[in-house]
Amino acid sequence: MKYLSEYRNPELVQEYLAELRKLVTRPWTIMEICGGQTHSLVKNGIMDMLPQEITMVHGPGCPVCVTPLGIIDEAIYLAEKEGVILCSFGDMIRVPGSEKSLLEAKAAGADVRILYSPLEALKVAHDNPGKEVVFFAVGFETTAPANALSVVQAREMGIRNYSILASHVLVPPAMEAILSDPENKIDAFLAAGHVCTIMGVEEYIPVVDKYEVPIVVTGFEPVDLLQGILMAVTQLEKGEAKLENQYVRVVKREGNRLAKDTIREVFKVADRDWRGIGTIPVSGYEVGENYAEYDARKKFKLNLAPVGENSECIAGEILKGMKKPFECPNFGTKCKPEHPLGAPMVSSEGACAAYYHFAGVS
Amino acid sequence: MSEKKLSVRLNCPMPKLDFDVITLGHGSGGLLTHRLLDAGVFKLLENKYLNEQHDGAFLNLDGQVAYTTDSFVISPVFFPGGNIGELAVNGTVNDLAMCGAIPQFLSLGFILEEGLKMEELWEIIVGIRHAAANAGVEIVTGDTKVVEKGKGDQLFINTTGIGKVHPEAEINLNRIKPGDKIIVSGEVARHGIAIMSVREGLEFETDILSDSTHLNYIVKKLLDELGKQVHFLRDPTRGGVATTLNEVAARANVGIELEQTSIPIDARVEGACEMLGLDPLYVANEGIFLAIFSADVADKAVEILRSDEKGKKAEIIGTISTEHPGKVVLRSSIGGRRVVNMLPGEQLPRIC
Repeated sequence: MKYLSEYRNPELVQEYLAELRKLVTRPWTIMEICGGQTHSLVKNGIMDMLPQEITMVHGPGCPVCVTPLGIIDEAIYLAEKEGVILCSFGDMIRVPGSEKSLLEAKAAGADVRILYSPLEALKVAHDNPGKEVVFFAVGFETTAPANALSVVQAREMGIRNYSILASHVLVPPAMEAILSDPENKIDAFLAAGHVCTIMGVEEYIPVVDKYEVPIVVTGFEPVDLLQGILMAVTQLEKGEAKLENQYVRVVKREGNRLAKDTIREVFKVADRDWRGIGTIPVSGYEVGENYAEYDARKKFKLNLAPVGENSECIAGEILKGMKKPFECPNFGTKCKPEHPLGAPMVSSEGACAAYYHFAGVS
Repeated sequence: MSEKKLSVRLNCPMPKLDFDVITLGHGSGGLLTHRLLDAGVFKLLENKYLNEQHDGAFLNLDGQVAYTTDSFVISPVFFPGGNIGELAVNGTVNDLAMCGAIPQFLSLGFILEEGLKMEELWEIIVGIRHAAANAGVEIVTGDTKVVEKGKGDQLFINTTGIGKVHPEAEINLNRIKPGDKIIVSGEVARHGIAIMSVREGLEFETDILSDSTHLNYIVKKLLDELGKQVHFLRDPTRGGVATTLNEVAARANVGIELEQTSIPIDARVEGACEMLGLDPLYVANEGIFLAIFSADVADKAVEILRSDEKGKKAEIIGTISTEHPGKVVLRSSIGGRRVVNMLPGEQLPRIC
């Protein structure tokens, strides 16, 4: 566990906390973009340790949470189709669509398989030539390269019974959507370290300049998070707004060129629906014309009627940081991880599930 | 089928059989069933009770007995460090041990799927024989059924067990008191991660073995020395340590404080959990148990456990408290606190 234990050092954590306490003079609201960061904040009990002045707001960076109902319905429709094997990352299968979840479809007989990588799905396609294998390609910029690579490899290997149901979303347009809402209360962002590992940091400079908001690219371990928060608060207290990189051991300014090239080869940028937020222009990837035969939407001529969100779920306000989960009347009563009304209660990265698990300690 | 190859693999005499696979006929009750039982089960698991070949076993038991049953449906049936047969014996032996009993007799029920390879069935029965011998229990009665292909997953096993309760044992939820210490007898999460490493679609290379083993002797040792000072025992199998402790907190209406830094975990298992996005506290175990003692004997209990090969890594991991009744709260390695909830459904790997 080398390279991890150093970033979980309790003494270092205490040092950063002491510095934060010394520095902070007034309330600040900081949004961590990535669900992985939310998970780490909760798992390590960090929110409870921060000075009272600092409020962490959980951003829209949980791919499970922002995948709209319509796309989940598409995945369920495909899974229930005769002769289709639908492969998915684990936590997508419990998210409720408009009528049911993939888990319920699986229980009723659909062939749904949980995998860790789209390349495994490609293997499933190779091993089941009589079936159509669809990979539910969910995620931010982080999972896009591997999903794109699976399509490139499928073509190279001559595998034709494979396609992806692309549901990729992009971080910078979502940040802009949040910042352009006049009711937003965000003073600074912790940008998602993993996303920047792929994409680099340059696309955040225009956001910093336009909205005069500090952005700190931050990692996922306790020491990373506290250092990121400290860097953000230092800027805020000085009245500065810069792009900084806490996660220098991983994130390079230009990102990963090879990964970006693979994304560009397979995907094209498109408008996307975000669960609870609505349509954000140029905020997602879909499979480009070059690889149209690997686009599940085209292959299966998907054309499902659009569906509305559950009106009882306030996911939009939660994901934009305008409300805390416990301000929702259904939180912990009608809506629990075992019976989620909306996606933020499903994934352990979701803001509502995170608060639900955390409730009752303090 | 090569007998030579098999005898090397099984280390036991291979019966001559007409089929390489299980057929529906093997569950008919007729000649094939008899052949299967005579050549296989009765011979491999031989003892005076089975030799009777009656519909049931006649047992002499006096005093208080513990009685338990468990079904085993694990997939895959062979995994690093064991197979479903060993698991079926150890699981029921351990459930009896957790009641403070000395396991004695087991029943064995097979539901075989048509097409199961005979060779694999023998290997599993050999596993059962070894596990029963190691745990000092006898298989005294059983049953075999065959279902059509597609209606089972190779084979399912049910075992039911009986054991005499240790004269000094008084294991009960209502004996758990604030201030009591919680001890884990060994490293957590090994079994679940070993299974995960060979499950289709999730495979990864590792030398992690399941911890599946019998715990009756180490528990007896504790009861011999500490008797009624052992307040509660439970093996954290499905759902792991977190789920078991949540059950304890809810049913005994007490709070539980856990110290993350005290929970023993193998570095390879911890690494695999990080990689897979799983919380080791929710991962299944088959060879450790949780024990709750009054604080004054906790150190002694750890000493007794560590003197046994199966308890070498024993640690005090938490305390029973009067605060937050019904909840398990973990102090994280960096000093933060969080609630450790009951697992809602299956533990699902995270995207990122």
